[in-house]
Amino acid sequence: MGNNNINLTLNIWRQESAEAKGDFEKFKVSVSPDASILEMLDELNNKLEKEGKIPIAFESDCREGICGTCGLVVNGHPHGALPKIATCQLHMRNFKDGETLYIEPFRATAFKIIKDLIVDRSGFDEIQQAGGYISFNTGSAPDANAVPIPKEIASLALDAAECIGCGACVAACKNSSAMLFVAAKVSQFALLPQGQPERYERVQAMIAKMDELGFGSCSNTYACEAECPKGISVKNIARMNRDYIVSKVTKETV
Amino acid sequence: MGWLWESLNSSIGKKIVMAVTGIFLIIFLIVHLIGNITLFFGPDAFNGYVSTLDVVKPLIRVIEVVLLAVFIFHIFNGLRLWLENKKTQGGKFFGKYRVNASSENSSFSSRTMIISGSIVFIFLVLHLGTFFWRFNVHDPQGYADTHQYFFIVSELFGIWWYSALYVIAVLLLGFHLNHGFQSAFQTFGWNNKKYFPLIQKFGTVYAIIMALGFASMPVYFFFFYGGNL
Ligand code: HEM
Repeated sequence: MGNNNINLTLNIWRQESAEAKGDFEKFKVSVSPDASILEMLDELNNKLEKEGKIPIAFESDCREGICGTCGLVVNGHPHGALPKIATCQLHMRNFKDGETLYIEPFRATAFKIIKDLIVDRSGFDEIQQAGGYISFNTGSAPDANAVPIPKEIASLALDAAECIGCGACVAACKNSSAMLFVAAKVSQFALLPQGQPERYERVQAMIAKMDELGFGSCSNTYACEAECPKGISVKNIARMNRDYIVSKVTKETV
Repeated sequence: MGWLWESLNSSIGKKIVMAVTGIFLIIFLIVHLIGNITLFFGPDAFNGYVSTLDVVKPLIRVIEVVLLAVFIFHIFNGLRLWLENKKTQGGKFFGKYRVNASSENSSFSSRTMIISGSIVFIFLVLHLGTFFWRFNVHDPQGYADTHQYFFIVSELFGIWWYSALYVIAVLLLGFHLNHGFQSAFQTFGWNNKKYFPLIQKFGTVYAIIMALGFASMPVYFFFFYGGNL
């Protein structure tokens, strides 16, 4: 409890369930600048529990920015205003003493609220299940360079594969579109030889699922790329659009 | 053909319709501006230009019908996308963000396409109801009958509110084009590290030329031609 703590006013979204009316609840906290925003919420929850109050529901898992579980909208930015970090990597030293924070859940029709700051992102799983895989067994690790892949292509595929499926793109989008997520999942296979056999069925199936689940369409505002904790490029969306057009125009499979 | 209907009504399909029709309109604007430039060369140049178009009237009529269809598709799909996308932002218990930082992650033009588009639409109705009507259907002053189209222009642009609305509408069109130009390329999937920055710059230059080009005419007629100054 060092004396370099900073004092913050937190406005945190509280909502019992998907059908309940939600609103902000105000808290005053004194927090170490070394704490992450999730650790700050942990401390606050400890205090609330001691007082016999209901703690704030929020999600997290790895707390090192790779699992995609955590996700809060801090002052209007999914994962906070800093570029290329997940919520768990947002430290309180980035805020000034006396500042007011608004902490909200990822908002989208397709992400039903479960409680407070937790939303149901299982739609992403459904999209993945619709085609985000290769359905033949690739066996054990092949010899290096048995299948030559140019460095440039490998890099693009790995960049796409960086997507942690957190949903920040949907949260940032004015249309709650899942295009960046789907584009990353489509691209990581579309670029590599192993993804070719199912390339065009995959893109059609995943987009059909995305549309069915009520995610919006893309207005090319590029807010998703700006807020993505992994900096996934909207060029993946262009690639997906291209594959979609090619699959519709030239392939026999509908 | 069920697949085609289905594809064009998918999320990407609707955007492809927007982009194809948008590009068509972009090309149309270039032709329209070039023709209108004859206004700056006086009555004979402009009247001569319009009369030349009269010679190929059947062709012009075909183009007009295509143009009408393109506009209808663009506007219909634009409204549809806007309405559908509004529904994706959470229900009544969830709603919009209380704190919105969209101005920090996206451009103004990109977030206001429906507003700039709608104002262009209102303008379009007025534009057709005045210029198109008097040129093609009925001109109470009789200028059109004697091929003195130029005077219709100078008369209309002498009206302050007409000219003001014209200028506002084409400036908003500039915002629409600034986002729309590169957006159409992204929709087609033509986004590449090498040439996309060029497309974006080109789109901005195009938008500025169109906005200033079309705005220059009412400004010229109101202040310099009819002697309002
Ligand atoms: C000469 C007039 C016009 C031109 C050149 C034009 C051009 C464009 C272009 C190139 C796009 C980008 C398409 C894409 O994102 O792939 C666009 C988008 C759009 N246009 Fe227009 N447009 C015009 C008039 C209108 C009008 C009258 C409306 C009326 C509603 C409108 C509404 C929209 C909307 C809402 C979008 C965004 C769609 C989205 O991304 O969700 N436009 N326009």
